[in-house]
Amino acid sequence: MNKIRKSLHPVLAFFTLFSLQFFVNTATGQPPGFQRPPLPPIPIKGDTTHTLSRHFSTATNTKIAPYTNGFVHRWLVLEPIKKDIARNNIFTDNYLRNTFQTDNFLDNYLVVPKDGEMVKVGNQDLKWYGLDSKTFNFNLFNFSYDINKPKYGLLFWLVTVIDCPEEIQNVRMTAGCNSGGMFWLNGKEVLMLSGDRDMIVDNVASPLLTLKKGKNIIRGAVINGPGMANFCLRFIDEKGKPVKSISISKN
Amino acid sequence: MKFKLIVFLSILLTNTVKGQIGKPFIHDPSTIVECEGKFYTFGTGGGGLISNDGWTWHGGAVRPGGGAAPDVIKIGDRYLVVYGATGGSTSHKGIIYTMWNKTLDPKSPDFKYSEPIIVATSDGYEENDAIDPGIMLDPTTGRLWLAYGTYYGYTRIIELDPRTGKLKAGNKPVDVAIVCEAADLIYRDGWYYLLATHGSCCDGANSTYNVVVGRSKKVTGPYIDNVGRSMMEGGGKMVVATRGRLIGPGHFGRVILEKGVEKMSIHYEADLDQSGRSVLGILPIVWKDGWPVAGEKFKEGTYEIESVRRGYGLELAVDFTRMANAPRGFGQVNNDPIKPVPNQELADVIKNWPNGNINVRIGDYMHRPHQKWTITDAPDSTGYLGGPYYKIVLEGTERALTATADAQLITVPAFTGSPEQLWRIDQLTDGTYRIMPKIVPNSNKKLALVSAGDSTPSLAEFDFASDNSKWNFRVH
Repeated sequence: MNKIRKSLHPVLAFFTLFSLQFFVNTATGQPPGFQRPPLPPIPIKGDTTHTLSRHFSTATNTKIAPYTNGFVHRWLVLEPIKKDIARNNIFTDNYLRNTFQTDNFLDNYLVVPKDGEMVKVGNQDLKWYGLDSKTFNFNLFNFSYDINKPKYGLLFWLVTVIDCPEEIQNVRMTAGCNSGGMFWLNGKEVLMLSGDRDMIVDNVASPLLTLKKGKNIIRGAVINGPGMANFCLRFIDEKGKPVKSISISKN
Repeated sequence: MKFKLIVFLSILLTNTVKGQIGKPFIHDPSTIVECEGKFYTFGTGGGGLISNDGWTWHGGAVRPGGGAAPDVIKIGDRYLVVYGATGGSTSHKGIIYTMWNKTLDPKSPDFKYSEPIIVATSDGYEENDAIDPGIMLDPTTGRLWLAYGTYYGYTRIIELDPRTGKLKAGNKPVDVAIVCEAADLIYRDGWYYLLATHGSCCDGANSTYNVVVGRSKKVTGPYIDNVGRSMMEGGGKMVVATRGRLIGPGHFGRVILEKGVEKMSIHYEADLDQSGRSVLGILPIVWKDGWPVAGEKFKEGTYEIESVRRGYGLELAVDFTRMANAPRGFGQVNNDPIKPVPNQELADVIKNWPNGNINVRIGDYMHRPHQKWTITDAPDSTGYLGGPYYKIVLEGTERALTATADAQLITVPAFTGSPEQLWRIDQLTDGTYRIMPKIVPNSNKKLALVSAGDSTPSLAEFDFASDNSKWNFRVH
C-alpha cells in the first residue's frame, strides 16, 4: 500500500497542505474529507545520525573478497545527482540511456575515479566515496541519508574494480536495483535494468562474458524517484553458482 | 429477440471479465471472513464490503480507525481486526493496531470494537514502515503471528497473544523479506508460506502489483523461493499477476472453505471494464508441487466434462451413432488423397433422441454431440464465494443438466433456471474441479456430482480424498 507514497512524494512536496491532503485521500482510497487522526508519539529506536559507518566501512587500499555468495559490495559511489522524478515507471530503455549520457561525470568508462575526488556534473560539485557495504546489497538510500543528502529523486554513479587472478570465461554479471539502472564492464554495456524494478538478486543477467586476468572495471548508474534506491551485483557461472574467486578493489 | 440476444451477450462478455459483481470497489482488502452467514472484507480508509453469497458485493462493512490495509481473523468466537494507522507516509512513521469485535455485522447488538492496541511501530528512521499487516494463527501451535511492512525496508514478523491481541511479552520483530508489501502468512503440510505483493500500486492501469511466495520450515524464516532465493534477497515465486483486463493483483488473503477447496482474496489495482477502479478479486488456490498458485475463475465455453475417476466423459444416455467413416485395410497401399473427416453433428443424431427427459451417464469420450456441454453463467445473479452459478446444457440445445430429488442426474428438454439446474463450479486445490447443484430438490444436503461407477454419475457428498468427486473440463 505504501508505494503511493513512493510514487507521489516529489509531487506532493510542491503542493499546499490542502492539495496534499486531497491527493493522499484520493490515492489511498480514503474517503474525501477524511482526516487521519494524528499518530501518538513513536519512540525512536536506534541511531538516526547521518553517519556512514552505520551501513558502510571505508574502503581501504587492500583488495577484499566478495561478500557471501559473491556479491560485489565495494564501490566508489558518487554523491547523488538530484533529479525530479514523479514515478519510476518512466525509466524506459531510452530514458535511461539518454539520462545516463546527459548526467554523466565522464564519457570514458575505463577511468576509475579516486576516493574523495570531486567532479562536476551539470552545475553540481560532487564527491566520490570509496565504501564497503556491510550487507550483500549496496543501499544508496542509506548512503544518501548518511551523507545528509536528499533521499528521493536521485541518480548515482558507481565504479568498482574486479581483480581476477586468471581469466574467467562463461560468467554472467547479474544485478537487481531499485528502480532503474545500467552497468558496463570494461567499457561495454552489459546490463540494462529498465522499468520500475525492485532490488531482487539476479533480477537481470548479462550474456555469457569473460572476466579478463587482472583488472576489470565496472561502471554503474542507478536512478530512482520515490522509494528506496538500492542495488546488488555479482557474477554467476553457467550453472548459476556465484563466482567467488575474484577480489575487489577501489583502484 | 435481437434485444434479448444483445443483453445475453452483454452479460456473457461482462461476466467473463469481472472479478466479482455488485459494487466490489475496494483497495487493500483484508482476508475475506465469514460471520453469521455473510462474507466481509475491510479496506483502506475504513469501511469495507459485505456479501450475502460471496459473489455479489456491496458496501456497508464498518471498521473505525481509518488508516489502511487491514486484516481480520476469527479466533474463538471473536474477530481480531488489525490495521495500519497510516497508508504509508513520507516520514515512514507507522503503527499497527489490533482490536476485537464479537461480530462483524454492524446491525448486530453485539457489534462493538474494543479499544485499539498498538502492537508494532516504525519510527521513521528504521528500515521498516509499520503498515500492511497480515495475520496467521498457527494451526500446529496455536501461536498468533503478524507480518507487516512495505517496500520501504523490511517485512517483519511479530508474535501476538491470541487471547489479548497484544504483542507477546518480550517479542522482538524478525526481518523476513525485502521489497514486499501486504505480506500474509499461511501454513500447509509442514511449511510456512510468506505471500507478499511485489511491484507498484496506486497507479491504475500502470500498477505492477503481483503476489509472490516463499516458504520456510520455521515461521520466522528464512523464506526461500522456487529457485533458492531468500525473500530477504527479493526472491519470490509468482502466485498471481495481471489477468487480462484485471490489472495488478495484491493483498493476498487465504480462505479455506473445506478440505480441498481454498480461495484467495485479493484486489486488482484496476478493472479496465469498471472505469479502471480498484476491485475485489476472488480466485481458487491451487497447490502445485508444494507451492500455491492462483487457479482460474471458471470460463464459459463448450467442454468435455471428464471424470477424474476413469477419464471418461459425461454424456447423454442415448444410442451411440456410428460415423460413416470406416477403417480401411491396415497395411495396404492406399493412394487416395488425404482429407478431413467431418465431425458428427447434432443434426445427424438428435432426431434419434427422445424428446423428454434423458438420463446421463459417463462414457468413452468420442467427440460426439451427446458428449459436449456448453456452460454459461446462469441468468441469475446469485453465486457463491468467487463465482456465479452456471447453466450446463448440451451444446446446440437447451437440454439442461438437472439434479433430481433422488440425488441423481437427468437432462430436461429446456432450461428453466430452477435452482436444481444451477451449478456451482469450484476449482480444487489439486487443479481439478468440483461440480455441485445449487440445491437438490427436497434435500438440505450439499451434494456434488460424483462418479458412482466408471460409467455412472450420481450426486453424493463431496470427498476431496476420492477421485470420484473430481472432474476436469476439456476443450477439444
